[in-house]
Amino acid sequence: MQRTNGKLLEIKDLHKWFELRKFGFIRIGFVRAVDGVTFDLGPKEALAFVGESGCGKSTLARTVLGLHQPTKGEVIFQGRALHKLGRWYRSQVGYVQQDPYGALPPFMTVQRILEEPLIINRVARTRAERLARVTEVLEEVRLTPVRDFLGKFPHMLSGGQQQRVVIARATVLRPKLIVADEPVSMLDASVRVEILKLLRELQEAHELGVIYITHDLSTIRYFSERIFVMYAAKFVEKAGVRELIHNPLHPYTQALLEAIPDPDPKNAETYKDVPPGEPPSLINPPEGCRFHPRCSRMIEGLCDVQVPPEFEPQPGHYVACWLYRDGEVPAADN
Amino acid sequence: MANQDVLLKVEDLRLYFRTTKGVLRAVDGVSFELGADRAMVIVGESGCGKTSLARAILRLLPRNVHTYTGKVYLDGQEVMSLSDEQFRRQVRWVKMSFVPQAAMNALNPVIRVADQVAEPLLIHNRIKSKAEAKRRVEEALKLVGVPLDFMTRYAFELSGGMRQRVIIAMALVTSPVLVILDEPTSALDVLTQANIMNSLKRIRKELALTYILITHDISTSSELANESMVMYAGQLAERSHAGGFYKDPYHPYSRMLMASVPSLREDKELAFIPGKPPSLLNPPEGCRFAPRCPERFEMCDQDPPPFTLEDGRVVRCWLYRGRA
Repeated sequence: MQRTNGKLLEIKDLHKWFELRKFGFIRIGFVRAVDGVTFDLGPKEALAFVGESGCGKSTLARTVLGLHQPTKGEVIFQGRALHKLGRWYRSQVGYVQQDPYGALPPFMTVQRILEEPLIINRVARTRAERLARVTEVLEEVRLTPVRDFLGKFPHMLSGGQQQRVVIARATVLRPKLIVADEPVSMLDASVRVEILKLLRELQEAHELGVIYITHDLSTIRYFSERIFVMYAAKFVEKAGVRELIHNPLHPYTQALLEAIPDPDPKNAETYKDVPPGEPPSLINPPEGCRFHPRCSRMIEGLCDVQVPPEFEPQPGHYVACWLYRDGEVPAADN
Repeated sequence: MANQDVLLKVEDLRLYFRTTKGVLRAVDGVSFELGADRAMVIVGESGCGKTSLARAILRLLPRNVHTYTGKVYLDGQEVMSLSDEQFRRQVRWVKMSFVPQAAMNALNPVIRVADQVAEPLLIHNRIKSKAEAKRRVEEALKLVGVPLDFMTRYAFELSGGMRQRVIIAMALVTSPVLVILDEPTSALDVLTQANIMNSLKRIRKELALTYILITHDISTSSELANESMVMYAGQLAERSHAGGFYKDPYHPYSRMLMASVPSLREDKELAFIPGKPPSLLNPPEGCRFAPRCPERFEMCDQDPPPFTLEDGRVVRCWLYRGRA
């Protein structure tokens, strides 16, 4: 498995379209949930996808996990194509779902939930081995004393504790990659930070690659190195966290950052400059750049006709926007 | 803070629920005043009694109420002594209205938007003329930014942001003086949220409304608030003007809450509050935050009264006993 050119995961021109049918058999169109996405992830790297609901970020995650068959394009894990990997791949990736209560079977105890992956993948053969491994992961996610939690059912735990069990389940097989889909959006603000810190610690301790999916930009900087901004099934901007927050290039990213307030009493005096309207339908996305109907800096005859390719105005900072076609950063109009 | 015209005055409001495990003290002796034309935000962790306080003020109560006492003055009128029918006719939706939580799902799926928005007018204001009702519905929808051709649509034909706007229109259509908004934007995307916050701000200025905004999202609450209140375990922990609260919170709980807010632009180490809020079935003796408080000392074994400080802020913490 050393044919990896240093990458843990490579995604090449990935598409996931869902068929829309009438009466169950007449095809009337497609929902283009992921429409041409390319990126790679190094081992031990944390990456974040940001986007509004319905932009396709969860579908992308599920396709990466192998839960959806890609319509077109490739998912390559450690140099090998996903469709050739079979069930072994499942033991190499962990999934942290958004809603912890919905993700845990209500009729299983915590011990049983965490043993299941070990039994299915024949990792720990004896009871004692399994108990040792379960105890170890529960200690890692700080559900201690472990003895108190082993026999509990999910409904007996608080939201934060449930999410810890989900994280423990995702890491019990010692995977190389974790996909966390909005892991903290259902939790209380004071618990969120705790869970994010925990994920970060696990990532460092086990040298995991992590894909963190969220709509909340303000938590990302505590988590990942690179941010990919997604809009209407495509990436519009890719950059390092610091770079993206302090120097957003795409008008959509700029609006997104503008919309997030810091707690400051002055906010009540001013209005936010945010684009009107809502993200487009993914059944009939707009021609050209998908953000152009809401964009204040739209270039007539270009943005509404041609799809912008990815430009790299600054090293390592990619943006799919015609404003940067000359390779430099144009001055803002206002 | 209290010198302007007081619109809403709440005194020792209590709302206890009967449950199979005992009496749950959701709102436990809350008192505050709110001036006219102000916007107050109520923050706190989930389960601290924010929504119950709103429901207690509006008298929207479930069946298992154990105790419901205290005084609520609205515009100088004591409304707690009114009968349910009088309250419904004179106060609820006429003078104060409510934007419920999860408003996404609060619309009736089988009624068209216009009829839904008109409902409070017909029931609470008892408007008979159809033309008059239609005119006021149109006004309300324009105010919140819903295109008028949405009037004949059903809720499922609208996006989340539009549904939220319709719900806000329903709360405004009867021209109340006080609007209580319970997590109005928590389920929405950031851009939609910012758009709705802009609308709420504009509407408040245009109509000189008073808002009570209930939220756990401190960053977003700063968009609207000029007054603030922190609740902890059914009680008031701190009552401040927004400038003081966001810059320099007093109560140890408020300080820790503020330190846990992730910031986009500043580099700060995030803190979290260890432990969890106490059960409201058997709240601890003494100060309810003491078990989680880093600054607790001997006096915290006793329940602190709310101290009113010289700058007008109210803090329920023994640390401030010398500054009252």
